Amino acid sequence: DWMERQLLQQAKEAFVSGRARPLEFRLQQLHALQRMIMEKETEISTALKQDISRSQYDTPLLELISIENEIKLAIEKLAQWAAPRPVEKNLFTISDEVYIQPEPLGVVLIIGAWNYPWALTLIPLVGAIAAGNAAVVKPSELSKCSSLLLHALLPCYLDKDLYPVVTGGVSETQQLLRLRFDHIFYTGGSTAGKLVMEAAARHLTPVTLELGGKSPCYIDKDCDVRTACRRVTWGKFVNCGQTCIAPDYILCEPCIQGQVVEFIRETLLEFYGADPKCSPDYGRIINQEHFNRIMSLMEGYTPVVGGQSDSSQWYIAPTVLKDVPPHSRLMQEEIFGPLLPIVTVSDMEDAINFINEREKPLALYIFCSDQKAIKRMIEETTSGGVTVNDVMMHYTVSSLPFGGVGQSGMGRYHGKHTFDQLSHQRACLIRSLKMERVNLARYPPQDRRRARRVRMALRSPLIDTSKRTLIWAVVATILGIGLFITLLVILLIAAGLNCTCWYWRGFYN
Amino acid sequence: MDSHSQVLERLRTGFRSGITLPLEFRRTQLTKLLALVKDNEEQIVKALHQDLAKPKFESILSEVEIVTNDLHHAISNVATWIQPEYVPKNLATKLDDCFVRREPLGVVLIIGPWNYPLQLLILPLVGAIAAGNCAVIKPSEVSSATDCLVAELIPKYLSQDCYAVVRGGAEETKALLQNRFDHIFYTGSQAVARSVVQAASVHLTPVTLELGGKCPCFIYGRINIQAAAHRLVWAKYFNAGQSCVAPDYVLCTKATRDALVPALTTVLEEFYGKEPQKSPDLSRIVSARHFTRLMKLLEKTKGKVVIGGQSDEHDKYIAPTVLVDVEEDDVLMGEEIFGPILPILTVEELEKSIELVNRKEKPLALYVFSDESSVVKTTMENTSSGGFCSNDGIVHMTLPGLPFGGVGASGWGSYHGRWGFETFSHRRACMLRGWALERLNGLRYPPYSDDKLKWLRWTTSANSTCSLM
Repeated sequence: DWMERQLLQQAKEAFVSGRARPLEFRLQQLHALQRMIMEKETEISTALKQDISRSQYDTPLLELISIENEIKLAIEKLAQWAAPRPVEKNLFTISDEVYIQPEPLGVVLIIGAWNYPWALTLIPLVGAIAAGNAAVVKPSELSKCSSLLLHALLPCYLDKDLYPVVTGGVSETQQLLRLRFDHIFYTGGSTAGKLVMEAAARHLTPVTLELGGKSPCYIDKDCDVRTACRRVTWGKFVNCGQTCIAPDYILCEPCIQGQVVEFIRETLLEFYGADPKCSPDYGRIINQEHFNRIMSLMEGYTPVVGGQSDSSQWYIAPTVLKDVPPHSRLMQEEIFGPLLPIVTVSDMEDAINFINEREKPLALYIFCSDQKAIKRMIEETTSGGVTVNDVMMHYTVSSLPFGGVGQSGMGRYHGKHTFDQLSHQRACLIRSLKMERVNLARYPPQDRRRARRVRMALRSPLIDTSKRTLIWAVVATILGIGLFITLLVILLIAAGLNCTCWYWRGFYN
Repeated sequence: MDSHSQVLERLRTGFRSGITLPLEFRRTQLTKLLALVKDNEEQIVKALHQDLAKPKFESILSEVEIVTNDLHHAISNVATWIQPEYVPKNLATKLDDCFVRREPLGVVLIIGPWNYPLQLLILPLVGAIAAGNCAVIKPSEVSSATDCLVAELIPKYLSQDCYAVVRGGAEETKALLQNRFDHIFYTGSQAVARSVVQAASVHLTPVTLELGGKCPCFIYGRINIQAAAHRLVWAKYFNAGQSCVAPDYVLCTKATRDALVPALTTVLEEFYGKEPQKSPDLSRIVSARHFTRLMKLLEKTKGKVVIGGQSDEHDKYIAPTVLVDVEEDDVLMGEEIFGPILPILTVEELEKSIELVNRKEKPLALYVFSDESSVVKTTMENTSSGGFCSNDGIVHMTLPGLPFGGVGASGWGSYHGRWGFETFSHRRACMLRGWALERLNGLRYPPYSDDKLKWLRWTTSANSTCSLM
């Protein structure tokens, strides 16, 4: 308790000193973070291999590249993001400065998750630094090696007081949550998310919660099912299914279920070989508890692909189950593992109802070739994000806000969104004491004339930019020009008694 | 009278039917809301007068006009707001459709306070309707006449399948909060806000909190004291000081104070005459409870009353009061005053004033009166607050382009204009890919290799602008 309090106090003092505020400082820290990722890639890969058997290629692919991109974007755009943002004025404020000034919040608490220990702590950190905050980083204890490595590395590259790392388990997290932060950024499960929000309530601390859920994956019978299955297979079994936006289950019509199973089987062979246990590219479950949890979900069902496991390695083979009933345990909680259930639905409408009966997921995947049907499905459902004809890719575009809705979370981040989420958008109105006469209308004692003047001055918007006005303006301009030309012609004719065309007509006979 | 769960069921069914989604429906409801305000202006003014003795001018300006403006703004702009927002992409996704869709959240709860009972209830509702949600509206029972009026008028104008008014006191509100909403919008005090967030955390419901705080008012440097006094008095005693963004206390030097007090006296007489209690332009305290609270503050303060100080319990009237020689630890500096009492603290240096303010919670608004732009700049850069306004008070919240909200203890989230629409929307990231370029996808599939990695790094870089494309 004492240590966490000390670290928070130090971070707060460092923040109050104002050194995190200048853009040069923030850029310097971001550059340092970039160097850390580049210089220590090998160490990070090793830590991840020990934590979760992450393959040497998955690490940059899944984590490091996105962190690097986020840092590069922040460095490039920081001046733009931090600049005041002017807004429209009304008649009353016409000679004033009206703008929104993004400002840092103070000390942010970032609680990371174990499935992507680096991306899920560092990408929020990039936004926190860019916004000028201090941050206490609490990586997940389940990814122990990564957590210890981060604790060792961060102080070597970043300001020690402003960005401390706190390691530890549930009790350390609880200690931290008792303290007062200016924002809490939490990535993890819904149950813990509720506890985080409840703790934040005590201090009225705003929170960003990146939670999970069961992300449905609908495969239409009239699409390129083979390609769909390739993409789904990749997204499902990468990181051994332990991804918050992994396609959790498949919805398809019974007529293509067999095909889907076969294509997945084919793809698995291509990706991981006949025995995925021997493939260097296939991961493991994080710990015994989760291994047991996932194995128990399979109880009572016979998989059509995979199903093998090895408790000593926490290995579960890529597994597919078909004809899964909607009320089975497999369909009750987020799987977060390499089990892929297929639930049959009679048509797209049935699939839409199925999705809407359940909690709002973090991601929705639709594989379909009919544009109209895709539009319908997007419009009749809701989710954190959507990728059509692929999985997880909406995560990779930093200009798209990444976050959940309902039980899958609140708030959003990536790119500028992280900066905005961890800033306070302060509304600023800079007036002068001149022109006091204009103000007199709003002071008491009041009468009707004064009231009318004030009402007019407060009317907004100043310039009507609706389509109707635009059309009116264009028509009026054309009419005006037409009238002007007519006037010119009349004048010319009137003064044109000596005009040559009249001569040629024989006017001057 | 329907029970809470019946009301919620009705609204959920209404939302699920999809009726609130089309643009036409939203615009129609907003237009009806506009008609509600326009047709019933007289009754609104009457109800507000009954609750707070609010002068007609204040009612029109701060309740009717501001709501009408925001409604016009929403009606003209909602079509633009609901358009999908296309975003820049990287090379790997150049051929894809990437956009952000604004979607409604579902059934939202709006809890209003008693000080601007119409504005602070309807302005969030405008955002909720524009965003396509259904809403449960809970007006404050303390402003009982407005509570009654709102409950009577809303069902007459708005669709009863989508919007419902629920009345009641603290107990009923607590019971209402046990239910599950898709967003809770609360305006009020910090104490209640904590229990709102706790109730929301059970269902993981996002919240917007519009709270208050002590809004400091710095007066330093060269200053046109007459103009400053006019604006300060107007902002402070509007609604008898019962505004969440009213300047709560003044910080200035001794010399400024000595010039300010006579200026304040002159202006107060100009505004409210020699006997403010007789002026039709001054409001009253909303309830006996708040009257007693304010009188206790006046009793316990160690400051010296230099203007006003009179009161009339029967009328719930407190004269516009100014005190000097108030210290930082005075009882008047302990809580948000929310009344027509203005303490002046004398601090010689601007830096020390800034430090004093930074020792306290972040306020909802911060004011600086000065003719020197360096004073304004220094104060702005070294403090934090929901909003900032120099050389005036309150008016920054009349601009629909500016987000209105607090930070830290003064609140969480914002609204007004487009910000209200965004508050009640979910920004859904959508990416539509094609079937082609599966070979490009191959870069990310196992079995992995160094080569694949190099290509991948390049195509997913945010800056990759390839001349081929």
